[in-house]
Amino acid sequence: MTGLITYIVVIFYFSIIAYLGWKGYRGTKSDLDYLLAGRKVHPYVMAMSYGATFISTSAIIGFGGAAAVFGMGLLWLTFLNIFIGIFLAFVIFGDRTRQMGHQLNAHTFPELMGLRFRSRFIQGFSGLVIFLFMPLYTSVVIIGAAKFISSGFAIDYELALFGFSTIVAFYVIMGGLKGVMYTDAFQGTLMLVGMLFLLIFTYSKLGGVVEAHQKLTDLAPIAREVFKGTGHQGWTAFPIFGSQFWWIMVSTIITGVGIGVLAQPQLVVRFMTVRSKRELNRAVLIGGVFILIVVGVVYVVGSLTNVLFYEGTGKVAIVVSRGNVNEIIPKFISGYMPEWFGIVFLLTLLAAAMSTISSQFHAMGTSLGRDFYEKGIRGGRQSVRSMTVTRVGILISIVLSVFLGYWLEKTYGGTGTSIIARGTAIFFGLCAATFLPMYFGALYSRKITRTGAIAGMITGFVVSGFWLLFMHAKESTALLLCDRWFGRPCLLQYLNETSGKWVSHITGPIIWAEVDPIIFALPLAILMTIGYSVITRPLPEKHLDRCFSK
Amino acid sequence: MGIQSTAVWLAYLLSVVSAIGCVIYGVINWNKGASKVKKEDRAWLEKEEAREEEIS
Repeated sequence: MTGLITYIVVIFYFSIIAYLGWKGYRGTKSDLDYLLAGRKVHPYVMAMSYGATFISTSAIIGFGGAAAVFGMGLLWLTFLNIFIGIFLAFVIFGDRTRQMGHQLNAHTFPELMGLRFRSRFIQGFSGLVIFLFMPLYTSVVIIGAAKFISSGFAIDYELALFGFSTIVAFYVIMGGLKGVMYTDAFQGTLMLVGMLFLLIFTYSKLGGVVEAHQKLTDLAPIAREVFKGTGHQGWTAFPIFGSQFWWIMVSTIITGVGIGVLAQPQLVVRFMTVRSKRELNRAVLIGGVFILIVVGVVYVVGSLTNVLFYEGTGKVAIVVSRGNVNEIIPKFISGYMPEWFGIVFLLTLLAAAMSTISSQFHAMGTSLGRDFYEKGIRGGRQSVRSMTVTRVGILISIVLSVFLGYWLEKTYGGTGTSIIARGTAIFFGLCAATFLPMYFGALYSRKITRTGAIAGMITGFVVSGFWLLFMHAKESTALLLCDRWFGRPCLLQYLNETSGKWVSHITGPIIWAEVDPIIFALPLAILMTIGYSVITRPLPEKHLDRCFSK
Repeated sequence: MGIQSTAVWLAYLLSVVSAIGCVIYGVINWNKGASKVKKEDRAWLEKEEAREEEIS
């Protein structure tokens, strides 16, 4: 992707971004002005900016790569993303979060929970969980962007990683761009148009919708050969029930990400910035279509890359990328798409990554400074030091995320692991198990007590952590703690003396070492939240009246 | 459709149907839910802006 056309596209793109940034900055001096003056922002602009921050680069690169491995069965996640991530999130959680957040004057997710349940511990603990574990999610978003840069500009991954991280760090340290609604909307529109182009281009190159699917179906014997022993049945079929791939797809990727989106701290905060329920209603319309096009296309095109790669090289996607799942989409874009499209796509994805990552760094910094330090440690006494801790928190999270981005790619890069999809799923699953029962209870029940909320939160966190460290083979093997303590990579595996390999215990269709933590942690957390709330004293009626705006 | 299994075909269909559902919901409720700015909303935004300024 070099040459004159590249430079023209880059200059044109940045000119538009600069103009829109200036227009947004000039038009809306502050959020307060916007709210009080009742300035009208077109619902399209608003919903597109939602979409651009909702879907990050990692979704396109990482989950597109995962679709090239697992196939179109991942479309179940598109359905959940629309139904749970847009419809339920906006309609069931959105307005109540906004009202309660404003009523209690809460500005972060931990603060909202802490004030709702009158618990410094809840705020401090939630803040610490976000600060310690969100770097995993941020790192996989960075990996997605760095992979695409390294492929697009033909430079080393390490150089792309550190170069991109430095730019994002400056962006965050400078305070991020203010009044970015128009630029976000422009990027959202580009993503929408780009993905539609990608879909139409791919389908037409393969002779139409049905023909393309049929060609992919015809590759099933090759899928079974390449992914032997995993339960793969082809890219337009679901893996065999109870097989290794079935458990990864259903329990980790589809359930973890599909449900986990409801308890994402940085997304919850977005509901509070909305002016009224009307804006949320309107966002449902455009958000639903946006997710269908962007995410749906990722899974369809991701799967279809196998046909194009096979027709061009005689090898399927995972073989062409030499086992590196995250390289599949970048290789496909640079190999099969027109040059101008590649560069526009690259710039759009980078912009999407920057806005997502900067909001994540912001969430991690405030979690450490405001929630953990100021509220959890100092008991709510404000000081100049809490601001310093927030800034140090942002810095630490940047360093940690970049290090993880380097280490994860180095460790899992060529192993066929969908590290972006898995990293996202682990964080989403952890958030769901730790925060979701408490969050839902906070919004919808006056009967959930402080002890109930704490019991559910601790249970969700401890069970998820324990399962990841000792039971879920992929993570427990990599984290080494299980090996050090128990002399085996995973407690749910045994050494097969004939093959000399560690294999999982199996009960009927259950491969225990492949079952995701969320399957146990979330139901247990719900049970503990309800159970402890039944036997402990509820919060004072007056406080509850305030929370529920009465 | 050229798709091998019903489970995958169903996911394809449900994705489109749920997006259409979102469109219908949005159209029906397009002008519903507008509310006046309360003093809590104003206080919330003032504090939010002050915090943003502190960090940047």
